[in-house]
Amino acid sequence: MTAIFPSKDGVRAGVDRRSFCKLLGGGILVLVTSKPSDLFAQRRSYPEDLNAYLRIDENGHVTVFSGKIEMGQGVITSQAQMAAEELGVSLDAITMVLGDTDQCPWDAGTWGSLTTRVFGPALRAAAAEARTVMIKLAAGKLGVARNQLTVENGVVFVAGDPARKVTYGALAKGKAITRLVDEKAILRSVKEFKVMGKSPKRLDGVDKVSGRAQYAGDIRRPGMLHARILRPPVHGAKAKSVDISRAKALTGVTVVEEGDLIAALHSDPETAERALGLIRAEWDTPEAAFDTESVHEYFQKVAKEGDVRFSRGDVAARRDGEKLFEATYRTPYKAHAPIEPHTAVAEWNDGKVTVWAGTQSPFGLRDQLVRELGLDESRARVITPFLGGGFGGKGVARQGIEAARLSKLAGRPVMVAWTRGEEFFYDTFDPAGVVKIISAIDAGGKMTLWDYRVWASGDRAAELFYDAPHASITTVMSRGTPGAAAHPFGVGAWRAPGAGTNVFARESQIDIMAAAAKIDPLEFRLRNTSDERVVNTLKAAANAFGWKSAAGPSGQGRGIAIGYDSGTYAAIAASVTVDRKTGEVHVDRLVCSQDMGIVVNPDGARMQMEGCMMMGLGYVFSEELQFRGGDVIDRNFDSYDLPRFSWMPRKIETILVSNDELAPQGGGEPAIVPMGAAIANAIYDATGARLFRLPMTRERVLAALKEA
Amino acid sequence: MNRTLRFQLNGKPVELKTDDERTLLWVLRGDLEATGTKYGCGEGICGSCTVVVDGEAVRSCAATVGSIDGKDVLTIEGLATDGRLHPLQQAFVDHGALQCGYCTPGMIMNAYAMLRANAKPDAAAIASGMEDNLCRCGAHPRIVAAIEDASRKMGGAQ
Repeated sequence: MTAIFPSKDGVRAGVDRRSFCKLLGGGILVLVTSKPSDLFAQRRSYPEDLNAYLRIDENGHVTVFSGKIEMGQGVITSQAQMAAEELGVSLDAITMVLGDTDQCPWDAGTWGSLTTRVFGPALRAAAAEARTVMIKLAAGKLGVARNQLTVENGVVFVAGDPARKVTYGALAKGKAITRLVDEKAILRSVKEFKVMGKSPKRLDGVDKVSGRAQYAGDIRRPGMLHARILRPPVHGAKAKSVDISRAKALTGVTVVEEGDLIAALHSDPETAERALGLIRAEWDTPEAAFDTESVHEYFQKVAKEGDVRFSRGDVAARRDGEKLFEATYRTPYKAHAPIEPHTAVAEWNDGKVTVWAGTQSPFGLRDQLVRELGLDESRARVITPFLGGGFGGKGVARQGIEAARLSKLAGRPVMVAWTRGEEFFYDTFDPAGVVKIISAIDAGGKMTLWDYRVWASGDRAAELFYDAPHASITTVMSRGTPGAAAHPFGVGAWRAPGAGTNVFARESQIDIMAAAAKIDPLEFRLRNTSDERVVNTLKAAANAFGWKSAAGPSGQGRGIAIGYDSGTYAAIAASVTVDRKTGEVHVDRLVCSQDMGIVVNPDGARMQMEGCMMMGLGYVFSEELQFRGGDVIDRNFDSYDLPRFSWMPRKIETILVSNDELAPQGGGEPAIVPMGAAIANAIYDATGARLFRLPMTRERVLAALKEA
Repeated sequence: MNRTLRFQLNGKPVELKTDDERTLLWVLRGDLEATGTKYGCGEGICGSCTVVVDGEAVRSCAATVGSIDGKDVLTIEGLATDGRLHPLQQAFVDHGALQCGYCTPGMIMNAYAMLRANAKPDAAAIASGMEDNLCRCGAHPRIVAAIEDASRKMGGAQ
């Protein structure tokens, strides 16, 4: 494998790119024409050389290289489908190599539902180019014109005379090829699809049910030590004194110190843990500025200046006959809580560090290793095994840096595997958010005003696809940490970051206006939008649900909401049962419709939609990080409740809205976005009680019932 | 206390001289190189470390290795026979009852023990029997469907 691909520098700097094709090892390396470009810039974008994406060996087997990683979202399968489709080979001819910085084309990271919609086109184009080259080679070999040739399952044959054929493997075999392909390869159309648009079983399924699938914690290196690292009790605490003498006295234990990195190492993780427990440290801890309950008021108090992201008409003016609505919505800090905590193994050989890490950004981790350890780029390699979940929480791979530093200090391979407590402590939480909306409708139930202001959640999915003539969207403190409003711990992306907050607020507000206008909430939405995709997606969910038109609260206990994220529209219709005595809400049914353009793998898309809805039940009903300043109080699943089997709706249905005119869009995140509002609206429809704060715990439901 | 433990692991006899207070999970993943069993929470809450001991589901992160002395331990690596997936494993593949796959070994081992006690559970009984196994990806509906399917195909067998 390593023989086939020259080093990145070799390909990018050393090879004369106008020599185009070259045979290395047993495989064809196909280079196509490309403009000379700035090499550094090229490293920060997808390469034009298709050989960066795939290799065809002498047996016709294809290895596909992608800087994306597999964390459950199914891209090991969907990328293989895209490559197989465009290359003209069967799915089983393909082996995927993911997230290895020495082998794969550069990629920023696996997030934002970008794999299919942004990396997908690059991969498909490379595979299509390769097919074009194969056909050209075959034309020479078979002595026919290219337009007489057809490709199927890696065999090029004469149309109407399939006995005259040559395989991709044979074209590759033992020949040095120099050939130019300077035409744009044409992607296959939906009608031509043989592999895309189908739902093969997950390529990682068998490995994952048999215990063979490797995650970072399953990596074993000779002489490897397990590290347990001294952690502060709260964020921002500084060590006053540290005594490692008792830990050091434990047989076989190594204690290393470098600046603030202090760790106990042993070949057995439990012994390392015991040694860590013997380290005595005293800490200075900072005062808490705010906590779970006061965060929303705190943000509104300290951060007032906003960034107007969108504006039309005049939101300051008031018009005759307008009915005004003003509401504030609040959401909490949320944990990613993947079942696999952050884990990495690092090993140094001849000044080069290799890190196996559960990370959503292998190239980001490599760059960080280069920076923090002062290495040349060729001296750091990141290999990404399977991730046991990511959800945006593994974009930062602090554990990989820790492992690399400790391994260097210890002179042996080191595994850093965070405990569940460390996972909660160092998680990059989804920030708490506040949304304040002032909106208005006219006597006919048409929206006239939309003045939207969001604190700390960012404006993702806040775009207004309703036709209010006077509208503005203002973001205060983005998702970041300006000045006094600094978050007390790390924050970051979380499955459609902020979109759940924005859509919860917007679609709740829409419902409030619909109810006040005595208009059915679906009808109200349709009346106030001219966005065709919104209309189609809403109607698809409502039809499948069997939506019965009635103004809320109708007592049916059903709600609807729609969100837009990653190029995709997702609408959810929900029905709930509310126990008025306990405040307990059970979701009985969820119907999700999704317009995501061309669907690469329908069952894979449905898995993501179902997963979004099940995971979404968590932020809807229970997930709210308990903290006091830098003190993260939730440290395990006993207090931070994830959705369980008993929470499952009786029925979860998914509808893929047909839209083959549109290139494939994102699918990993959109369906989680409308969950909050769909269920809040259903609770309102059942009871007349309106919830303005997530999660909708029993206590909050009871309080809202009292007010209703 | 250091002593010699004798037990069956996936049908093979194992003799291990070690401190019997060590945690079963780390002995399985370390000494015995059975890494299919996963660490998730370390406190017996999430179920990703579930193994089957004498037919019963056990949280290996909350059990000592001493507790398996003389017993029969089954982990995810021991479910397939002669290279053929166990019906539960096959059903998880067929139904796409996994995403990241990290909780999957624990899910399957818990389901295995559950089906020993109740060979034909309905969907509600499956949900209740799996209640304390956490899945963050939200594969729950498909996991229930897979277990139902497997129990049908197993017809009361193991």
